[in-house]
Amino acid sequence: MSSPALFVIGATHHRAPLAVREKLSLKADAADALQAAFARIAGLREFAVLNTCNRVEFYGVTADGNAVAQVSAAFCARQQFDSAEFEKIRLDLRGRDAVQHLLEVSAGLDSQMLGETEIFGQVKEAYAAAQAKGSTGPVLNRVFQKGFQAAKHVRTQTAISEGQVSVANVAVDLAVNIFGHLKSARILLLGAGEIGEKTAKAFQSRGAGALTVASRRFERAMELATALGASAMPFEQREARLAEFDVVVCATSAPDIVVTLPAVKAALHKRPARPLFLIDQALPRDVDPAVAEIQNVFLYNLDDLAKIAEDNRTAREAEIGKCRAIVAEKADALWRHVAGQVEALAANTHAAAESSPPAGPAAPASVRNAPS
Amino acid sequence: MLLELTDRSWLWAAAGLYLAGFLWGTAALIKQGRPAGTAIYAVISSGYILQLIGLGIRGRAVAGCPLGNQFEIFQFTAWSAITLYLVVGVTFRNSLLGYFTSCLATAMTLLSLAIPGWDATQRVHIFGSNPWIELHAALAVFSYGVFGLLALTSIMFLLRNHSLKAKNLRGWFSFLPSILDLDQIGVRLLGTGVAILTVSLSIISVFWLRDPSSASTSKVLFAVVVWAVSVGALTLRLRGVLLAQRFAWACVGLFVGAMLSLVVVDKSRHPAAPKAAAHAGRAPQTLFVA
Repeated sequence: MSSPALFVIGATHHRAPLAVREKLSLKADAADALQAAFARIAGLREFAVLNTCNRVEFYGVTADGNAVAQVSAAFCARQQFDSAEFEKIRLDLRGRDAVQHLLEVSAGLDSQMLGETEIFGQVKEAYAAAQAKGSTGPVLNRVFQKGFQAAKHVRTQTAISEGQVSVANVAVDLAVNIFGHLKSARILLLGAGEIGEKTAKAFQSRGAGALTVASRRFERAMELATALGASAMPFEQREARLAEFDVVVCATSAPDIVVTLPAVKAALHKRPARPLFLIDQALPRDVDPAVAEIQNVFLYNLDDLAKIAEDNRTAREAEIGKCRAIVAEKADALWRHVAGQVEALAANTHAAAESSPPAGPAAPASVRNAPS
Repeated sequence: MLLELTDRSWLWAAAGLYLAGFLWGTAALIKQGRPAGTAIYAVISSGYILQLIGLGIRGRAVAGCPLGNQFEIFQFTAWSAITLYLVVGVTFRNSLLGYFTSCLATAMTLLSLAIPGWDATQRVHIFGSNPWIELHAALAVFSYGVFGLLALTSIMFLLRNHSLKAKNLRGWFSFLPSILDLDQIGVRLLGTGVAILTVSLSIISVFWLRDPSSASTSKVLFAVVVWAVSVGALTLRLRGVLLAQRFAWACVGLFVGAMLSLVVVDKSRHPAAPKAAAHAGRAPQTLFVA
């Protein structure tokens, strides 16, 4: 019999390539069935499942270390994944290391895109779901709740989440630096390709209001506009109607300039007090570079955006040491607090086992109550 | 014991707090790479209260709004700028506006305190018994305080514009408000300053039309020039002629010009207030503070 423990096992992007993660990823119904299976594991006192595109992790508290192997086996069986293969890529941390891992994950330190904030919401959702199913208890409750506080502390006290690291989000950040709130900003997307679409979606996700799509193939513009809940405009009208827009995302595959200097000057003449932000993501470039010299016009091309994203990434990486030091300190403090609770849970379980007649494995109250 | 402190002691304490805010802001920017935020707002607010007490004591001593010498004018202008900041700063509390304001307040208050000659002559009862003239002077200097804050937001605009054009958005630049926000606050501040100055000049023009000899030609000229420049800048901005960097530079120039005009006006003032003239119903020589 192994010693009692707080544990985390699973697979993450560090050791599991995308093809493997696809096989291990849990659909909603599979997750429910798996949790029901976990509830039947003897000695597994508490558990929570974190399932994102980059990781599937099982956090738990066990009075009997063998329960960890049973969790692993139940997962592999459910996903029809070879146990031996899973062993090779498996994340397996115990005690204080498991606490530190949760803190690092919540703070975005373990993410593929370092410092990203989405993971924080995903961890919170995972915890809320486990709580709703009654599968958490005093240990996981404390570890997750304190972990959220620690993650917030890391984000506010360091620059780990500052600056955007994707080209599309960098473009949106620049627009915010120019216009403040994007709600009233009018956006024109030239080109209906993937890059433009990504940028348009990034703008929409940050509250951008009116979006218009123009493409050399009008039907494609209509199609994308419908998908994005935007309006379409004939490509030929782009320069004549330039003054109507605050942000122009250019991502066509046109061989020549599609936004000329005279057109930009004419647009500025019609709306002199309002800045014009031109994002040129095309190769070859869509916007005449000379427009950058005009007052109140801000032009950024693909290289400019990529450089900012890269600078931000480098700056985030420079913060890792500071973040890890904070996380280590918080993990130490947290583990000092919960280690005793883990031992107490184990002692209670053993005492209960010795005093009760030999029967099937008894799950803890919190787990037994979990709906299947 | 606090009641025994002199007006200058309170004003030194206020300047000390503004300096503390400035140093705190600098340390926060260097060490943490971000503005001090709410903390700097609290420090400036505390300095503002102490300055208000100091100016209040001085006002009681000179029996009127303390605008009798260069020291008092600088103190009052700084206080006016901070008054506006305390209103505007709530919206911009996480930006660099607090830091810039503490910098301006420190410079103006410490400069005025450090030059003894500026406070060598304390003019008593300079507005005579005419509250309108006192109101004119107070409003005029208050409008210069508004122009002071306008100059700060304009400098912030220029920095933000430079950062966007130079494609350098990291570090301190990331804490500047957006171009559009800074432009809009600039227009509103200029409009506020112009409105206050217009009211101030309208009040005094009644007295001046009654007795043109009550003010020197240079004072009249400076007053009209400052007002005309501010109105001109606002008109050109609203008509879409004076925009972006040019508008920002014009606003900075307006404040610098206004402060220089105050120096000239102060130098041309008689050493003592012409009480007799005021009592006789004429405007005293404080006419046209601008």
